[in-house]
Amino acid sequence: MATLEIKDLHVEIEGKEILKGVNLTINTGEIHAIMGPNGTGKSTLASAIMGHPKYEVTSGTVLLDGEDVLEMEVDERAKAGLFLAMQYPSEITGVTNADFMRSAINARREEGDEISLMKFIRELDSKMDVLEMDQDMATRYLNEGFSGGEKKRNEILQLMMLKPKFAVLDEIDSGLDIDALKVVSKGINEMRGEGFGCLIITHYQRLLDYITPDFVHVMMQGRVVKSGGAELAKQLEESGYDWIKEELGIEDETVGQEV
Amino acid sequence: MTVETKMALTEQDVRSFSANMNEADWMAEFRTDALAKVEQLPMPTPDKTKIDKWNFTEFPAHAVESSTFSSLADLPAEAKEIVGDDQENIYVQHNNTPAFLSLSDDLKAKGVILTDIFTATRDHADLMKKYFMQDGVKVDEHKLTALHAALINGGVFVYVPKNVVVEEPLQVLFLHDDAQASLFNHVIVVAESNSSVTYVENYLSTVDEAAGQANIIAEVFAEDNAKVIYGAVDVLAKGFTTYVNRRGVTGANSRIEWALGLMNDGDTISENITHLVGNGSSSDLKTVVVGRGNQRQNFTSEIVHWGLDTDAFILKHGVMKESASSIFNGIGRIAKGATRANAVQESRILMLSEKARGDANPILLIDEDDVTAGHAASVGRVDPLQLFYLMSRGISQQEAERLVIHGFLAPVVSKLPIEGVKKQLTEVIERKVR
Repeated sequence: MATLEIKDLHVEIEGKEILKGVNLTINTGEIHAIMGPNGTGKSTLASAIMGHPKYEVTSGTVLLDGEDVLEMEVDERAKAGLFLAMQYPSEITGVTNADFMRSAINARREEGDEISLMKFIRELDSKMDVLEMDQDMATRYLNEGFSGGEKKRNEILQLMMLKPKFAVLDEIDSGLDIDALKVVSKGINEMRGEGFGCLIITHYQRLLDYITPDFVHVMMQGRVVKSGGAELAKQLEESGYDWIKEELGIEDETVGQEV
Repeated sequence: MTVETKMALTEQDVRSFSANMNEADWMAEFRTDALAKVEQLPMPTPDKTKIDKWNFTEFPAHAVESSTFSSLADLPAEAKEIVGDDQENIYVQHNNTPAFLSLSDDLKAKGVILTDIFTATRDHADLMKKYFMQDGVKVDEHKLTALHAALINGGVFVYVPKNVVVEEPLQVLFLHDDAQASLFNHVIVVAESNSSVTYVENYLSTVDEAAGQANIIAEVFAEDNAKVIYGAVDVLAKGFTTYVNRRGVTGANSRIEWALGLMNDGDTISENITHLVGNGSSSDLKTVVVGRGNQRQNFTSEIVHWGLDTDAFILKHGVMKESASSIFNGIGRIAKGATRANAVQESRILMLSEKARGDANPILLIDEDDVTAGHAASVGRVDPLQLFYLMSRGISQQEAERLVIHGFLAPVVSKLPIEGVKKQLTEVIERKVR
């Protein structure tokens, strides 16, 4: 079993503190969901874990099996077993989706032990089938001209091909219609198992209708303010966030206001 | 630094060089006339680059003597990679020495000419006199054209008679491996009416530093209904100051396609102008550039519309590394009377470091009403979010940058019409961006 531990994480962007002490522990085999209204720091948490250049960690630690993730370069974090499915994936002209994925797979392997082209193609084909993606998506330039839904599927395709220990999915459900949502969920559920842990960041409970989380956390004002099981998501679906704010005496849940 | 405009070479030097090379007499006269013009002519003025302090006139030797090759198997390894094993139609120039020539019997029988420029002055004097520095590049355009005309010390003459379609590319290799050598090469490509030809030239330095000058002129003529594809990969060493002028002229319904990989490591002024003279003619100009070190470069790409219904597309992508700087001038000029002309251009520069400089300068000069024109230009740095995205999948920063650079150049490289050029260029880019 592997463990991702986030301890008292403080993160700034352009001098403004967004995360004000996040604590969270995820084990492989578990699926966690972070919910919360807009502007509460959810995406910042996702980006900071992966090492986004705009976010500055001012204090706290992120440990992967005891190793300090924050000391690692972005590519080292990926090779250590982290993955971030991005809310807004970049478009890279001139680099085909397939070439990119093969480079990424081979970056994890020793020289001389690269994945064979046949094996790669077989695996890519089968994962694309699961995600109901057109075969021509493999030869198109990475995310270039992809629709919003295609980009999200492509993020999950990369997840399935790279098989990380821990994946952070940053609003993977935004902009998806119900059919696409089902397909994306199917992909994530296929990953589910002993060797895989996942942190799903979402506004909406509807994704969790298809992927049942083991733990649900609510973020407000740059902190995790409440944690529970799958039933917490249902409760939020039914009653919204106001009862939590009331319970905790929070007036404005967004970052920048104090309790 | 002072500018040496006084010529070190005298009329007598030029005459004796011409005699040494066994040229026709008219060529010696042509040279001395040009030499007399050098001093009074002004330097060219490439837009946005000041070159009055650049050294274009001082060099160690007018010409050097190099070995010839009895077969392509004798070429150095780097050159062999470019040439390929079964290249039947090829001319190799070794520094300034015509070193190897092969043209298939089939093409010879059809009247195709591929020969060094010295031989052409003797054996094909009428054709040379018709095309050489007459309607393409003129001797007195500026100091460097006159200097070139006086000092030509290499080059090639390619002629395809009417109705002849040359299927396989004709290849010319300018091999540079003597640091003292200067290259005053003159290239003429003539495709008579209803003919077509693909010409590929490679400038290859196998020495790291050069002390010489490169003053290169190419003239391309596509007569009525003819098509010329002109591919070039320039890989000249650091130390060369290069002036390279490639000029095209079209007849009616003809087409010139340029595919230029400008990969020199020295300061370079490149001018590529095509005159669409014939009605219904067209030109397509694709250029990729990689600058590195302290290189200063200026790339002017111009297509001039004179004829009706002429069509032009300029596509240039460049990557600037380290402290390299470059100016991309893209000019679409439509003359009065060139009704229904279409001038389109796109220039993009990607800068990889804080010190790299790039300037894309799109210019449309339109003197006619019923035309269409468009331009796109951008200059930018590598997007840190792109690098973050690639690295977040485990790809190293170096590899991520390499992917972004290749990706940036791919829209041009992938559309180059000649497979061999595409392959060589990809390898040169790989080497330069590493």
